[in-house]
Amino acid sequence: MGNKQTIFTDEQLDAYQDCTFFTRKEILRLHGRYHELAPNMVPMDYTKNPDVKLPMQLIVNMPELKENPFRERIVHSFSDDDEGSLSFNDFVDMFSVLSETAPRELKAIYAFKVYDFNTDNFICKSDLEKTLNNLTKEELTEEEVSLVCEKVIDEADMDGDGKLGFSDFENMISKAPDFLSTFHIRI
Amino acid sequence: MSHTVAFTFPATENREAASQDISPYDEGAVHDSFHQLIEEQSWLAEQEEVEMQNLAPRGRENLAYTVSPPRRTEAWEAPGQMAEHPDFSSATLRILASMPSRTIGRSRGAVISQYCNRTARLRRKSTRAPLQEVSRSARPSIRQLDLDLDSGHEEEDNKRSLLVKELRSLPASQRISMLRTMPLSLGEKCKLRQESSGYSGTLMKPKTRAPLSHCSRLKYHIIIGFRNLWYSLLSLRHTLQPWHYSLKQISGRFGSSILSYFLFLKTLLMFNLFLFLLLLVFVVAVQAAYPPTTPNSKAFTGLEPLTGAGYFNHTLMYYGYYSNFTLNDPCAFSPNSSTTCRQGRPVHLPYNMPLAYVLATGVSFFVTCLLLVYSMSHSFGESYRVDSASGDLAIKVFCAWDYKVIQKRSVRLQSENICTHLKECLAERQSRSRPLNLCKRLQRLAILLIAWTLSLGIVLGCVLGVHYFSIYIYQVHHEKLLTSNYMRKEALLLALPLLVSLINLLIPYIYNLLAAWEKQESPVLEVYVAICRNLILKMVILGLLCYHWLSRKETTSEMECWENFVGQELYRLVVMDFIFCLLDTFFAELMWRVILEKKLQSKRRPEFDIARNVLELIYGQTLTWLGVFFAPLLPVVQIFKLLLLFYIKKTSLMRNCQSPSKPWRASHMSTIFITLLCFPSFLGASIFLSYTIWAVKPSKICGPFRDHETIYESGKTWVLKLEKSNPNLTWFTWIHQHLIQNSFFLFLIAGILLAVIYLNFQVVKGQRKIITLLKEQIANEGEDKMFLIQKLHTIYGK
Repeated sequence: MGNKQTIFTDEQLDAYQDCTFFTRKEILRLHGRYHELAPNMVPMDYTKNPDVKLPMQLIVNMPELKENPFRERIVHSFSDDDEGSLSFNDFVDMFSVLSETAPRELKAIYAFKVYDFNTDNFICKSDLEKTLNNLTKEELTEEEVSLVCEKVIDEADMDGDGKLGFSDFENMISKAPDFLSTFHIRI
Repeated sequence: MSHTVAFTFPATENREAASQDISPYDEGAVHDSFHQLIEEQSWLAEQEEVEMQNLAPRGRENLAYTVSPPRRTEAWEAPGQMAEHPDFSSATLRILASMPSRTIGRSRGAVISQYCNRTARLRRKSTRAPLQEVSRSARPSIRQLDLDLDSGHEEEDNKRSLLVKELRSLPASQRISMLRTMPLSLGEKCKLRQESSGYSGTLMKPKTRAPLSHCSRLKYHIIIGFRNLWYSLLSLRHTLQPWHYSLKQISGRFGSSILSYFLFLKTLLMFNLFLFLLLLVFVVAVQAAYPPTTPNSKAFTGLEPLTGAGYFNHTLMYYGYYSNFTLNDPCAFSPNSSTTCRQGRPVHLPYNMPLAYVLATGVSFFVTCLLLVYSMSHSFGESYRVDSASGDLAIKVFCAWDYKVIQKRSVRLQSENICTHLKECLAERQSRSRPLNLCKRLQRLAILLIAWTLSLGIVLGCVLGVHYFSIYIYQVHHEKLLTSNYMRKEALLLALPLLVSLINLLIPYIYNLLAAWEKQESPVLEVYVAICRNLILKMVILGLLCYHWLSRKETTSEMECWENFVGQELYRLVVMDFIFCLLDTFFAELMWRVILEKKLQSKRRPEFDIARNVLELIYGQTLTWLGVFFAPLLPVVQIFKLLLLFYIKKTSLMRNCQSPSKPWRASHMSTIFITLLCFPSFLGASIFLSYTIWAVKPSKICGPFRDHETIYESGKTWVLKLEKSNPNLTWFTWIHQHLIQNSFFLFLIAGILLAVIYLNFQVVKGQRKIITLLKEQIANEGEDKMFLIQKLHTIYGK
């Protein structure tokens, strides 16, 4: 099975296996999914590492991400440039971090990036408000939103600067055993 | 550093300011590797203007080495900080922007430094580094104290080569796991991997001058071979993992909570497969190759799959079929002792059937016990956290969204659920501040007492009912032995399993009604109470039945094979349980949905009751474990049952049910389920089995142990025979006699275990204290930081 495919060299597949949480079969399957997003742009032969990036609009229309309120933030967190376009490496990386076997620390780093809307390396009150509005589709009143934000910062902020740094976030995540199972997308 | 520092600070240029900051930071207030970054960024920042207007969000990596880092971090800082500190000068903001906490996980240099240190620490843990290397890996920043900041590019390259060197010195598996957990881009990781291991398809040439010895070449080949084998096994594991797409469908529509039921079903399937394979290889297949000489007297009627008796009675299915002698023994039928065995015959392998039977069952139970305890402790380690009660609102905000849910309607439902929970949380916070008055508290206590008395009373009533009914049925069955209507007689035996399954079906609904009247404060507690009550009911009934079977063997005549009877009873219970599961699915989900839609015209659909379904699975598995000794093929029945149940439940779920509206802590509940599987269920079955093996007299006419007093005795006779035949093995019998049979040894082991548990408990208590101290320290450091920022502002603001 493994010898017949011509999409990647064996060397490349070994590298992918060592650096992500996927097996050969899953990487080939991921390539199939990446290819079907844009069959004209994505070549079937990746042995020469072609420099192909798919724009964000194509990625967020995948069935796994389409209804997710944080889809754009997720794609931005794994993208190299400002527009949120993903190369195949970024694509594999994204689903590898979101897979079942990724460890908690790695997921926490990227979850922090996802929820940090203004990318200032802190989750401040405005980030929290945007998160809540995305979660509840703006069903909460403004007063409730601000109350929840205050309480969250009260609970999680340990060094008293009024916003959540990465260590605050990681500490809070470590108390939530469900985080590993909810921050997980099956592909 | 929790005391305030008097800041006598000459107002000089940035460079000196930064260099003055070095000394207190050296000793560890700031992460060492960031010291370099602070320096390089403040130096570079001096070279250019701050662009406050650049608000575009940047990507993940910092690919342009020289100019982007400071600009990017300052640009991020600028809008946020301008809003908070509108009167801070640009110099202050520049310094703030280059604080280490702003750069964690952001710039590649920071990540590389962090992982370089981590790898060094890992390497130092595994091997003792030689003395001259210690300073190199511990504090790279001190090494470069000459502050030669000519180009940030070189610094990052240096750090990178340092990281590659560190990675190279790690063993391969640790290297791979370190690579996987780095938050760098995949391209970077592949490059690091290539450089640190020289994987370019050719054999790695060592750096030393000495030629590659055959030994290390062989070792390298072996390592590569094992790695490829491991990867191929992993991909094989994926083909063996059935139902990947079904599980994705279920989680996409219903989320992780209902998925946990199906994952639990899969776990049980694996346990049963293991049990079945072990028994198949060592017991069933061997006996099938050497069938007994007496043929099966009964004919096959259609009722057998239901009753398990009749034709099945004399098949591999039950205990009674198995031989009590050594199979294929060339000397078995010679009248004299083994000395007259002829040597000229081809070599046969004698197979001691009784020993194989008891050892296979014992080993399978032992391995199942190990697997259960391992998965239980693993699950517990994941879900239990010291001091996890606080912070649940924050956890709800960040961890409540289930990324697996992908269907539009389910996503909308999930948003609504989260909204409701947040509102409930807020309301609960406000009401918590108002404690209940005495009258209300007494009322709650009274309701609680009444509810529990009622539920225990129901259990007692059911137990008594089962007890008298079973006595009646056995009496009638015994009388009917004399009549010739065979089918009626066998069908009568189905009455008791029918009653038990009926009780297990109906009483949980009564408990639901009771819980609705009782109205617990939190829905989580409600689930616990429901699980507790249902569990008590099921386990007490099973306990009573076990007691009945073991005591009944006293009253039966010598002609009957009581082990076969127990095996048949358990088979009937398993089959009835399956039928009633189907009925339950049909009525609770399908009919209820039809009623809701047609008669009551409501859009609501029934919900999948996870707790009740999981308890049913645990009950079925308990029956299998109880019965595997008496009916070695019972795991096959259970496997078929689980497979069918998966598809039926999934179909019913997709058509009839809606997403759950109550909160469900999936990983916490999974821990509870696997604990329940281990403790009442598996422990009860092992106690029953141990008692049967140790203390019960096997029947004289059937089975592998018919000529022994107890089943355990067969093991003892084997050990004695072994000692007699081979005098060198006296140490084995000595171990057996003095350690296993002597109770002092067991007391010693139990005492040591208790001491270890007590020590661990004290360690956890101590760790809790340390956590509170650390939290205070962090708060103090935060205050210090605020103070210093203010001071910076006052210095530069002038």
